[in-house]
Amino acid sequence: MTGTVYPALLIIGPLLAAILCSGFSWVEKRACYPVAAAGLLLAAYSAFRVLMEVLASGTIQYRMAGWPPPIGIELRIDLMNALVLMVVACIALVNLFASHRFVSRDLADREGTFYAVYLMFVTGILGVSATGDLFNLYVLLEITSLASYALIAMGDPDRSPLASLNYVFIGVIGASFYLLGVGYIYIMTGSLNMVDVASLLPAIHDSSAILIAFIFCMIGVWIKMALFPLHVWLPNAYTYAPLPVSRVIAPLMTKVMVYVMIRLMLTVFGLDYIFEKLDIAQAVVWLATAAILAGGVMALAQKDIKKMATYIIVSEIGYMVGGAWLGNKTGMTGSILHILNDAVMTFALFLAAGNIAFRLKNVHFSSLEGIFTKMPWTMTGFVLAGFSIIGVPPTCGFFSKWYLVIGGIEAGAYHFVAALIISSLICAVLFFRIFEIGFFSDDSHGHGHGHSAGPEMAEAPISMLIPLGITSLFLIGLGLYSGVIVNRIIHPFLG
Amino acid sequence: MKFVAFLIVSLCGGLLLYATADLPAWGDPNSPASSHLSPHYIEKALEETDVPNLVTAVLADYRGYDTMFETAVVFCAGLACLLLLRDYSRREGSFYRHIPTGVVIHFKNNAKSMPASREFEHMDKEWVPYDLIMKTVCRILIPFIQLYALYVVAHGDFSPGGGFQGGVIFGSSLILLAISYNLRTVVQRIRERALGFLCALGILIYTGIGVLCMIAGGNFLDYGKLAEIFPVDPGHVRALGMVGVEIGVGITVMAVMVVIYVNIASEGRHDEGL
Amino acid sequence: MSDIIPLIVAKYNYWLYIILMMIGLYAMIAKNNLVKKLVGMNIFQTAIILFYVSIGYKTDATIPIIKNAHGGGHGHAAQTIHAADYINPLPHVLMLTAIVVSVATLGVALALAVKVYQRYQTLEEDEIRMRLTENKS
Repeated sequence: MTGTVYPALLIIGPLLAAILCSGFSWVEKRACYPVAAAGLLLAAYSAFRVLMEVLASGTIQYRMAGWPPPIGIELRIDLMNALVLMVVACIALVNLFASHRFVSRDLADREGTFYAVYLMFVTGILGVSATGDLFNLYVLLEITSLASYALIAMGDPDRSPLASLNYVFIGVIGASFYLLGVGYIYIMTGSLNMVDVASLLPAIHDSSAILIAFIFCMIGVWIKMALFPLHVWLPNAYTYAPLPVSRVIAPLMTKVMVYVMIRLMLTVFGLDYIFEKLDIAQAVVWLATAAILAGGVMALAQKDIKKMATYIIVSEIGYMVGGAWLGNKTGMTGSILHILNDAVMTFALFLAAGNIAFRLKNVHFSSLEGIFTKMPWTMTGFVLAGFSIIGVPPTCGFFSKWYLVIGGIEAGAYHFVAALIISSLICAVLFFRIFEIGFFSDDSHGHGHGHSAGPEMAEAPISMLIPLGITSLFLIGLGLYSGVIVNRIIHPFLG
Repeated sequence: MKFVAFLIVSLCGGLLLYATADLPAWGDPNSPASSHLSPHYIEKALEETDVPNLVTAVLADYRGYDTMFETAVVFCAGLACLLLLRDYSRREGSFYRHIPTGVVIHFKNNAKSMPASREFEHMDKEWVPYDLIMKTVCRILIPFIQLYALYVVAHGDFSPGGGFQGGVIFGSSLILLAISYNLRTVVQRIRERALGFLCALGILIYTGIGVLCMIAGGNFLDYGKLAEIFPVDPGHVRALGMVGVEIGVGITVMAVMVVIYVNIASEGRHDEGL
Repeated sequence: MSDIIPLIVAKYNYWLYIILMMIGLYAMIAKNNLVKKLVGMNIFQTAIILFYVSIGYKTDATIPIIKNAHGGGHGHAAQTIHAADYINPLPHVLMLTAIVVSVATLGVALALAVKVYQRYQTLEEDEIRMRLTENKS
């Protein structure tokens, strides 16, 4: 339908901003940041209008180049899409504001190119969430991955190029497996459009080629979302990346891949194929349980906030995969709600870590002594993020965990429920350990040490505190409004 | 490690081979892939878009959105190479030789570099053989290669070709110049700033045509609506839109190929290369 | 056993690309040198491209460019085009995109390898790991 222009604006806005940013970086460097901010504001506004439109009139199908699907490519935005798009656009925008000081201090000579690659990353992620065509999803996934390879390698000059190169290898395997799966679907059905394939698949449910297509698509998506044991690229890549970069990639990339998995499960292959024909749902829930426990245990062994946060991400992915494969509506609701909540929680955690790193130059536990008195506002945000990850009401993390636990009990997957509860306890231990180091500063270590006279522990600048404040308010707001979100958006989507 | 690799490879290979039992035979004209969508492309593309080359018709019109993002991938790769490798720091000392008299001048660290002049030649750190045959032959060939590249871009509608192919050929002609002469020749002929603008210009043309279609009232990249703004024959406007986007694609691909080569070969310093 | 032979003969193209893909995957995982891993990555992606292109083939069909379409702007609507005469253009389109994506990834991966070499002066992964543990201690 040609009535609405916002789905296209959502994707063209950041793309045009990236092009203009890279053009301006050769003539007038100071224009790059305003252009980037304008592009992301346009994307956030378009995402908001798209969400309102989908709530008012149902699924939007925007035909690119005017051709009807399956002949052309379409953007297909329904309720789950619109929610994910809103989250992505807002997090990318807030991160841009919070990272301006970082980038102009550490990456001054290539600021314009950095913003251009950042905008290409956001374009790719928005495109992955909006598209309705299987091959188009691969192309956009590759844009996102390329941009993230380059952004991650801008960090610590010793270790980040190697971490990024390892991420390249594993990421290419993942994306190529997905492409292979799409190839098998194409050879058996002749179509690439998601809805069209869903109508053609029931006739060939028994085919071994479709089974292999499903397996390879899933494995490709699991590699990209870092499900245990395919998660080996994540800790190194996200730890050695610069903080403005890991702040945007960590919440968004893996969660959008969870969205892709749910989209493949619900729209393309269909729930009756997965849960009735194949019998692997139980095995996947066990795998998710292992992911949750492994992530938690490895997080306990870390001495660095960033590394600890990356292992928490591995654990959270286990929640979402397990919830989706439980096979009942409550579990799927919990999984989709957790996409939203986990993105905001992880973002808040990394924002707080970024503020600490901006002043202290590192986030090792040993340098955090007495930080509660020196950086009170930052640590308030950190405490709220921590409570949300543990799952304390009224923060949002509690509500999605609640749905996941109820779904697990309904499906009889008690091992999953036990893993969820153990993981909450492990997160509590992790965060209270940091709170303890932060609250009680040890004066006997303070004198005579060379490094205590180094970076001063002042509060972070205002431009970095405001985003943290907004995100923390959102943590509580999303929690209080969970009921509205579930009833207005998720339950109508699941039908 | 080799054992783990062997295990993974046998597992994946076994799964894929198991699936071949169900795949249609090679060359079967009645397979689902050949009978669901492609008859529409083959039979209707010429009358709907007025372009005989079906691959270009599908690439630039029916699936033009994909091609825009493909161009964006190339653009992103060029930007990524610039972001990662470009090194603006000064090198330690450079040597110039005054050709008429043979006097060698040594610029020590952080001195401003010599402006380009015909009387002074920059001496490379690594020994470069002087090869008259290569230089002469390449100097004669390069304009013809570039002409061929422009031909391939322009004839993408009628024969195998298109923006990507022509752009790569043009880029390779410049890389040939860099290999046969030296990297500095290319960097001095096409400044880095011009290359940067060309990278962005190509994809801006593509997106700009799409936005123009939206302003004219259609969806993004709906070339049919362009006939309402420009005075062109409505039956032919899709072919013209395709030529426009192919030109944009060619410009970006050409610039990005040169950017990637120059940055990787000189490790970001743009002084001497392979 | 006897029904596997016709299977292999009729679909030998699939077997070929699977073997090629597994060679590439093995090189990516097992080899030590970073450039050899990149070569393996390229072989892996090329095998997938071969698979897609082989989907579109039809026996006794020609390339997907309509014959005799040059003359005049209005005359060529008269000829009827049969789908069985031309091979399927869609896999070729998809693979143009995939080739470009693989070249772009290779470019970025080579830039990263250059940065690794600048820092460690070697491209062998076990040596790099050794230097990392030396630096840490």
